Amino acid sequence: MTQAILVLEDGRVFRGESFGAEGETFGEVVFNTGMTGYQETLTDPSYHRQIVAMTAPHIGNTGVNDLDPESGRVQVAGYVVRQPARVASNWRAQRSLDQELKNHGVVGIAMPGTRALTRHLRDRGAMRAGISSVEADPRALLSRVLVSPGMAGSDLAAEVATKEPYTVPARGETRFRVAAVDLGIKAMTPYRMAERGCEVTVLPATATAEQILALNPDGVFFSNGPGDPATADGPVAAMRGVLASGKPTFGICFGNQIFGRALGLGTYKLRFGHRGVNQPVQDRRTGRVEISAHNHGFAVEAPLDGPFETPFGRAEVSHVNLNDGCVEGLRLLDRPAFSVQYHPEAAAGPHDSTMLFDQFCALMQHHRSTDPGEGA
Amino acid sequence: MPGREDLKSVLIIGSGPIVIGQACEFDYSGTQACRVLKAEGLRVILVNSNPATIMTDPEFADATYVEPINRETVEKIIAKERPDALLPTLGGQTALNCAVALHEAGVLERYGVELIGANFDAIQRGENREIFKGIVEEIGAEVARSVICHTMDEVLAATEQLGYPVVVRPSFTMGGLGSGFAHDEAELRQIAGAGLAASPTSEVLLEESILGWKEYELELMRDRNDNVVVVCSIENLDPMGVHTGDSITVAPAMTLTDREYQHMRDVAIAVIRKVGVDTGGCNIQFAVHPSTGRMIVIEMNPRVSRSSALASKATGFPIAKIAAKLAIGYTLDEIPNDITKVTPASFEPTLDYVVVKVPRFAFEKFPGADPRLTTHMKSVGEAMAIGRSFPEALQKALRSLEQKGTSFSWDTAPPPLEELLERIRVPHDGRLHEVQQALLAGAGIEQVYAITGIDPWFLDQIVAINEVAADIRLSDDALTADKLLAAKRHGFSDAQIGQLRSLSEEVVREVRHALGVRPVYLTVDTCAAEFAAQTPYLYSSYDEETEVPVGSRPKVLILGSGPNRIGQGVEFDYSCVHASFTLSEAGYETVMVNCNPETVSTDYDTSDRLYFEPLTLEDVLEVVYAEQRTGVVAGVIVQLGGQTPLGLAQRLKDAGVPIVGTSPESIHLAEDRGAFGHVLARAELPAPKHGTATSAEEAVAIANEIGYPVLVRPSYVLGGRGMEIVYDDAGLVAYMSTATEVSHDRPVLVDRFLDEAIEIDVDALFDGTELYLGGVMEHIEEAGIHSGDSACALPPITLGREDIKRIRESTLRLARGIGVRGLMNVQYALSAGVLYVLEANPRASRTVPFVSKATAVPLAKAAARVMMGATIAQLRAEGLLPAAGDGGTLPLDAPIAVKEAVLPFNRFRNAQGQGVDTVLGPEMRSTGEVMGIDEVFGTAYAKSQAAAYGSLPIKGRVFVSVANRDKRHMIFPVKRLADLGFEILATSGTAEVLRRNGVHAKVVRKHSDGPGPDGEPTVVRRVLDGEVDLIVNTPFGGPGQPGPRLDGYEIRTAAVVRGVPCVTTVQGLAAAVQGIEAVSRGDIGVRSLQEHARRLRGERAAR
Repeated sequence: MTQAILVLEDGRVFRGESFGAEGETFGEVVFNTGMTGYQETLTDPSYHRQIVAMTAPHIGNTGVNDLDPESGRVQVAGYVVRQPARVASNWRAQRSLDQELKNHGVVGIAMPGTRALTRHLRDRGAMRAGISSVEADPRALLSRVLVSPGMAGSDLAAEVATKEPYTVPARGETRFRVAAVDLGIKAMTPYRMAERGCEVTVLPATATAEQILALNPDGVFFSNGPGDPATADGPVAAMRGVLASGKPTFGICFGNQIFGRALGLGTYKLRFGHRGVNQPVQDRRTGRVEISAHNHGFAVEAPLDGPFETPFGRAEVSHVNLNDGCVEGLRLLDRPAFSVQYHPEAAAGPHDSTMLFDQFCALMQHHRSTDPGEGA
Repeated sequence: MPGREDLKSVLIIGSGPIVIGQACEFDYSGTQACRVLKAEGLRVILVNSNPATIMTDPEFADATYVEPINRETVEKIIAKERPDALLPTLGGQTALNCAVALHEAGVLERYGVELIGANFDAIQRGENREIFKGIVEEIGAEVARSVICHTMDEVLAATEQLGYPVVVRPSFTMGGLGSGFAHDEAELRQIAGAGLAASPTSEVLLEESILGWKEYELELMRDRNDNVVVVCSIENLDPMGVHTGDSITVAPAMTLTDREYQHMRDVAIAVIRKVGVDTGGCNIQFAVHPSTGRMIVIEMNPRVSRSSALASKATGFPIAKIAAKLAIGYTLDEIPNDITKVTPASFEPTLDYVVVKVPRFAFEKFPGADPRLTTHMKSVGEAMAIGRSFPEALQKALRSLEQKGTSFSWDTAPPPLEELLERIRVPHDGRLHEVQQALLAGAGIEQVYAITGIDPWFLDQIVAINEVAADIRLSDDALTADKLLAAKRHGFSDAQIGQLRSLSEEVVREVRHALGVRPVYLTVDTCAAEFAAQTPYLYSSYDEETEVPVGSRPKVLILGSGPNRIGQGVEFDYSCVHASFTLSEAGYETVMVNCNPETVSTDYDTSDRLYFEPLTLEDVLEVVYAEQRTGVVAGVIVQLGGQTPLGLAQRLKDAGVPIVGTSPESIHLAEDRGAFGHVLARAELPAPKHGTATSAEEAVAIANEIGYPVLVRPSYVLGGRGMEIVYDDAGLVAYMSTATEVSHDRPVLVDRFLDEAIEIDVDALFDGTELYLGGVMEHIEEAGIHSGDSACALPPITLGREDIKRIRESTLRLARGIGVRGLMNVQYALSAGVLYVLEANPRASRTVPFVSKATAVPLAKAAARVMMGATIAQLRAEGLLPAAGDGGTLPLDAPIAVKEAVLPFNRFRNAQGQGVDTVLGPEMRSTGEVMGIDEVFGTAYAKSQAAAYGSLPIKGRVFVSVANRDKRHMIFPVKRLADLGFEILATSGTAEVLRRNGVHAKVVRKHSDGPGPDGEPTVVRRVLDGEVDLIVNTPFGGPGQPGPRLDGYEIRTAAVVRGVPCVTTVQGLAAAVQGIEAVSRGDIGVRSLQEHARRLRGERAAR
């Protein structure tokens, strides 16, 4: 077995064995607490430039198949697991995880100290790190970690988003046409809309409001994605243009942060983020709690004590996280626009929040019936 | 304001005696519920017939009724207490069934009692298979194809569409009672026949076989706002076909992708909503086809279950506690997560460790019982272990069982592969060890998978363990830190490593410590370290960082009793928990070590710190070390957890661990036969004559010298294992020929058996100066029946003051002679005016909770304080013990408490499907106990019978067949039964004696006679046909001897099948007659322990 090391920017060193491709990699190290869905996690574009550490100790048990990925490639910059499976056991498995990581050139480490790493990140925050199976000297690796780029201030959406528009056809009858701005979209998201009768045109991250509205969609969607929302001036401008048009608008994750910025709210970096599939989010209107999938290192700052004014009319915080009180959803009260910080498409994760796609469809339906000049 | 304001009082029904399929997990859930509801300011009324439980301790409820759990009794309690609501979901199937009966009889409506947690309709929807099937299909999920049958004809017709093998499941039974797989018509007739009889609605479900599919369970909670969370997923290592209670189970699920898991979760949530479990927990089981992924919903329990106890311990999410809060109107988001304090309970725990549960069986106690595992639960207990990997958790769990041969081994050449492959084909106790051996012997994963259906991922993990073993054994180098770490991370014990390197466990430990290879302790924190845990619930792992908090107060470690087994169950957990509570109050930091997920002691709330660890020397020493590094360990308590910790005492002391209470040397004085003989001699106390023999000739010579009958037993086992009473030379020779492991090192002990003696059990407390006689219990059965299986009465019903005085004096001398500090249990036999000492155990006994409740004195608490140095005088002054007097000087009108044992005979069949014999003997076989308490013996005894087996009959037919030696003693009680209006049936010999004494007894044919010429039925037939209401049958003859004994066997097994009360001793008969008289008089009342205690305290104060 080839030895490998993981070195954090504050100098902490973990030792283990090489897993996946051999080599060296850098990124922001974050932990994910999901017990299932490593394949979806690995292929989630929001993890671009991040080294993901899994807290679940056994990873790879069900192998890898061609049906579950959320994008065309493994997106993580590096992978940290405790105990990789030696056999893949599932009726849908096509190959092993180790092989998949090798195929995609993703450097990983299998090490006993994943819990210690999680505790470290919990207390000190997400930070830059490097994994190497070619460098034996932690100090040498540390020096390279320290010159690697950090996450704050990174504009990454364009790096992972599609370069060309493409269309996901509706399943069954086409009821709505949705323009989806890809900031790092997951495959499940257009699928969730398609199964509700939406024909989804996925646009590059650089799409402008004019380009979006030129499609005359029933609704506009802003996806999840990697990076610091503070840098995403392009998508924010596009969002403002879309909001001004009065089109039904829905955003998730990064899209929620873009929405927040478009409303004039600030964003900030969470100490260690929410990455997992067990986060309790409360719908403040109904009191109901959704167990939801999360993957965000940044959050929106918004007043929790009631509606507030924005350039697009009154808005309110629609959802909060019950663990730490952070803002998990926003809604305009006078216009058909809302967003959530979490992942209703849920891949991986529970399906408690899929009705948000129904709400988006309902907004489009309502908008069409009140604005007969538009629509298909 | 959360919570419902309109509820002021709640009645909670417990689960009654510990039986297979319903064990102390319901004490855990009930105790949590009581604590929570009391803390919410509600008046809590509890009914549970099981005195060994912690929940029935008077401090946990406002009114605690140790009364039978049946509709009649609970109705009386409701009439008296008028509760606003009834919470039926925390006491297992017993409580749920009782609630259904109360509802159906209109009792709840009559008294305006609201069912909370689950309403009647939801219970029906969850439990009635036909309705449930409809619900599952309605939400678009699948169930196994099935047919409901009420008669054998319907059963046979159903197989035409389902084919064989076919599964039989009776409705409304717990623990899979009466269910099984039938491979052909003969098997079907047998299993379905039993199932129809076992189901209270005479209903069985036949369904397509899903044998060999993967099996999963989800534990869910729902609140009144319709928020649902999945607390835990559990995967069974043993595929479908083995009852989940008998399976090795793993949490979280290991071999599901997110797609499959989320589909399961969606279906589970849809089911709980549709069934309409308003608030609280439920458990849903699934089967998944291994190569197609087809998923089937197997069943749901609309209540807290054994699996929810496991899930609570596995995740740190206290299901029962939260279920109780939800039942009174809270929502999940209003309840804080106890572990993190800062996050709410409306989340799904995520684990960064693996939990493995392994069952513990007791087939050795039931010779002839079929050890194959089926859908019918047979295990008597379980152990759970936590590790950072499956191999680590699995090996820890296996050694937690404390059973020889369950841990993996590599020391001997495995049996031939073909033989192993054949053996692992059928699930049975110990199969996993054979799977490991088969893989070691060269079987491939695919090959073993094909035979066993155990998922290849699990098999590969076992291969990985074998590879580490090979590496440890084969390498020429010394043990290095890396090698040791690798082994430890795969869960190897020092003993296993020693075995592989031909070193002793001690040497391995020294090497390991010298190399600095020690475990760290990690926290079960519900969130995979995302948030800091405030509640220290710890497990060991050879990981990176230890998380043991630094303590400030002196610490006391309490060693628990490990997995439940026959002879060591919830009673010991009771003592441990009490010690923890009282020592915490006394200013110590309490640290619990145990590995039984069913118990209250392993609730993270019970002690200041919980270590979920195996109770082996190695594991305990490491915990002690970890605690010593973070504070001062004032002492380790080994006296309360039964034989498990007691067995570690000397070795712990040798390793420098401070044992408090009775010293290991003193323990030895009581446990070693020779040393104990000297103690008795010095104290001038008599013991029955005895000798030791290594051959049949020697045994016969000894027996002839000391006189028959003799009690014979092997010297190397505990708990009555292999004990028998022998009446003559032939019997003794037969015994010696079956006792295979006799040698000079392991002789057979031959004791004079005191026939017709009264057996007496005493629990006492000694501080070095003063003796506190906790209680004197008089056995109802004669000496020779294991004290755990014998019914007993407290205060003693036939002993006089002089007798008690002698008992006190003898007990004092024994306590002094042994050097007891804390509790001691002594068994005496009073025969022909001589008080013989049978044995003394310098530890908390099985009867401590019974004595505590019967006398309203918290003995275990007092014992814990005495062990830590308090004197009895001090405790009297503090009020923990009565100011004057003790359990030997109870006031004249103190209530009489009767303890009755509950036996698991209905769970076992031999390979031919017949029942196992039910005769009581010196070997303990009961799984649980109940208590009846009332003003006079007859009523108390009747209550105990009603609680244990169902009410005594007050009219009908009694069948009597007794051994010759019992014939004189049975005349009077049988005559009394005849006078009460019973029709008496008897075998010819017994009938003859009865008639000569003026009792008209009708002669019935013996089983061995067969049916008469005109089809007259045998007694067995009559019992099976439900024509007999009470059976009196005392056995005689030795094993293997034909004749009456075998007849008795058939009668008694028929009694078990039909649930007819069966008395097997004349003493029991006398008690039963008193009980029947009491029931006939009618008007049996109910009284809470608190009321009994107030009266007792009043009496004590008045004197």
